Amino acid sequence: MAKRIDIKDLNLFYGSFHAVDGVTLAVPPRNVTAFIGPSGCGKSTVLRSLNRMHEVIPGARAEGQVLLDGEDIYSAAVDPVSVRRTIGMVFQRPNPFPTMSIRDNVVAGLRLAGVRDRKRLDEVAERALRGANLWAEVKDRLGKPGGGLSGGQQQRLCIARAIAVQPDVLLMDEPCSALDPISTLAIEDLIGELKKDYTIVIVTHNMQQAARVSDQTAFFNLAGVGQPGKLIEVDDTEKIFSNPSTKATEDYISGRFG
Amino acid sequence: MSDRSSLRRPATTATSGGPRGGGVTDDEQFAEAPIPSPPSQSAAKHGRLGDRVFAGFATGAGVFMVVLIAAIGIFLLIQAIPPLADNKASFLFSRTWNADPADLNFGVLDLLLVTVFSSVFALVIAMPVSLGIALFLTQYAPRRAARPLAYLVDLLAAVPSIIYGLWGLEVLAPALSGFSVWLNENLGWIPIFADGNVSAQIGQTIFVAGIVLAVMLLPIITAVSREVFDRTPTPHLEGAIALGATKWEVIRTTVLPFGRPGYISASMLGLGRALGETIALLIILSTTTQFFGWSLFDGGDTIASKIARASAEFNDPKAAGAYVAAGLVLFALTFVVNAAARAIVAGHKEYE
Ligand SMILES: Nc1ncnc2c1ncn2[C@@H]1O[C@H](COP(=O)(O)OP(=O)(O)OP(=O)(O)O)[C@@H](O)[C@H]1O
Ligand SMILES: [Mg+2]
Repeated sequence: MAKRIDIKDLNLFYGSFHAVDGVTLAVPPRNVTAFIGPSGCGKSTVLRSLNRMHEVIPGARAEGQVLLDGEDIYSAAVDPVSVRRTIGMVFQRPNPFPTMSIRDNVVAGLRLAGVRDRKRLDEVAERALRGANLWAEVKDRLGKPGGGLSGGQQQRLCIARAIAVQPDVLLMDEPCSALDPISTLAIEDLIGELKKDYTIVIVTHNMQQAARVSDQTAFFNLAGVGQPGKLIEVDDTEKIFSNPSTKATEDYISGRFG
Repeated sequence: MSDRSSLRRPATTATSGGPRGGGVTDDEQFAEAPIPSPPSQSAAKHGRLGDRVFAGFATGAGVFMVVLIAAIGIFLLIQAIPPLADNKASFLFSRTWNADPADLNFGVLDLLLVTVFSSVFALVIAMPVSLGIALFLTQYAPRRAARPLAYLVDLLAAVPSIIYGLWGLEVLAPALSGFSVWLNENLGWIPIFADGNVSAQIGQTIFVAGIVLAVMLLPIITAVSREVFDRTPTPHLEGAIALGATKWEVIRTTVLPFGRPGYISASMLGLGRALGETIALLIILSTTTQFFGWSLFDGGDTIASKIARASAEFNDPKAAGAYVAAGLVLFALTFVVNAAARAIVAGHKEYE
């Protein structure tokens, strides 16, 4: 569990469009790394490339290396399906499987991995739901469809689904942007707990959130429309928010707090 | 609260180039919108008149439809009642059909059984094949190949049924002759492959007719299934992919559950079509004096093909009325099938 990620000179493309240029970045294990930056600078694109979700989009491709504990997930010998089984992802909009019950949603990943033992699945479902702070709310209706929960509950269900398979890394793309402040707080607390066990990368537009939950912050920017996004700087969150080393970062951050 | 504003800011910063211009035009349109309205009393009246005309027209069309359907129904019932009153056999449970006006002795059961049996057989073949085609076209085929292939399948729907009938009789029946005989000889102990009341070798059987019907159903079921499979929401697809699902597992966990109601209602639609198919069956099926015996190698007639075959007898109102009664049974059957399709779709609403 909890592996480190080293991104080396990663370039990402959508067809002929060069979306992200030359990202090099280290994500330590048991640590929360936040991606911040203006819309369109490629935060989601980079995040999705970390579990090979980027290439799911027709025409999209990646160049460069992403090392998971030293092993390149883009090497020809690696099956993208197995990468995704060890690197979990939570999306901006909660996406539980609507035809599955709450319990089946949580254990969907294990089922895919071939676990059939009912008792084991029940145990994992409970552990993951507890881990996602959702157990108390749903324990009496595990058989009901996952689509019947509130947005915040659905998002925690998706987190439970992602952590049920005990991934090495957890990727989150603006996990709170569709949620109310209370659900947001619940998920931020959860991230604080999860980082004891997982390596977490989170994209957020919310400066306070980045400051609250992350240990390290990476600032992305783009020079102009049609230009590729770039990693401007990455540092300890405290340093980025108090004393960033580039003017662009300072402008972006002070824009929030001004 | 400051959370909120910080969330919005970057979006505005990034789009400040072109899109801001777009925002201004929007505002202008809004500003202009109220201007024409004050001096426009006549325009408002115009609007109201237009509304009234259109509402009247729409209501009229609706009422006309209902009246038309009711009139057709009543007309058919009026036609059917006299021969039903003179009928010596039980219309619903007798298996003989004799529409001689001097000696009315007709029952619809045998026709009904052949109709349902051949349609269900066609559906059993067409459902999995259509599912396979739809999944292949939407999930597996490279996009450049999928389009012409889909077009080709759609083209099957444009072939007139008389062509299907001729093809079934002249091409398919001889081609399947050996296979039919083999099935009959080796699997004859299964009732549906048992000796039928016409020759399996010649092939003017429900077996051949059902396969032709299945081909006719393919484009109907495939077209609708393709649409619903294509519309599987990307977030669900990505959710499954991100969990490490293989292509087939993605299909099983998201595409199929999402598309199931559409697929089932498409199949029911196809079933309705098969029940009413006339000319192809008229050409392929060989008539027989024996009753239908639950074998695929039976001949006989469906309700629709029986009516078509008898069109020469329609100069006598009583004989025609007997066939009208049979037609009403067919209508009731397709109505039930359609209602079932609707119920199935409605039952799955919660997932959409
Ligand atoms: N599916 C796609 N096809 C083509 N181009 C895309 C696609 N997704 C994103 N892009 C482009 O790639 C660039 C980076 O997009 P990305 O979604 O990574 O930005 P982001 O930083 O996550 O923005 P936001 O903060 O708005 O989510 C943008 O220019 C975008 O238009
Ligand atoms: Mg994004």
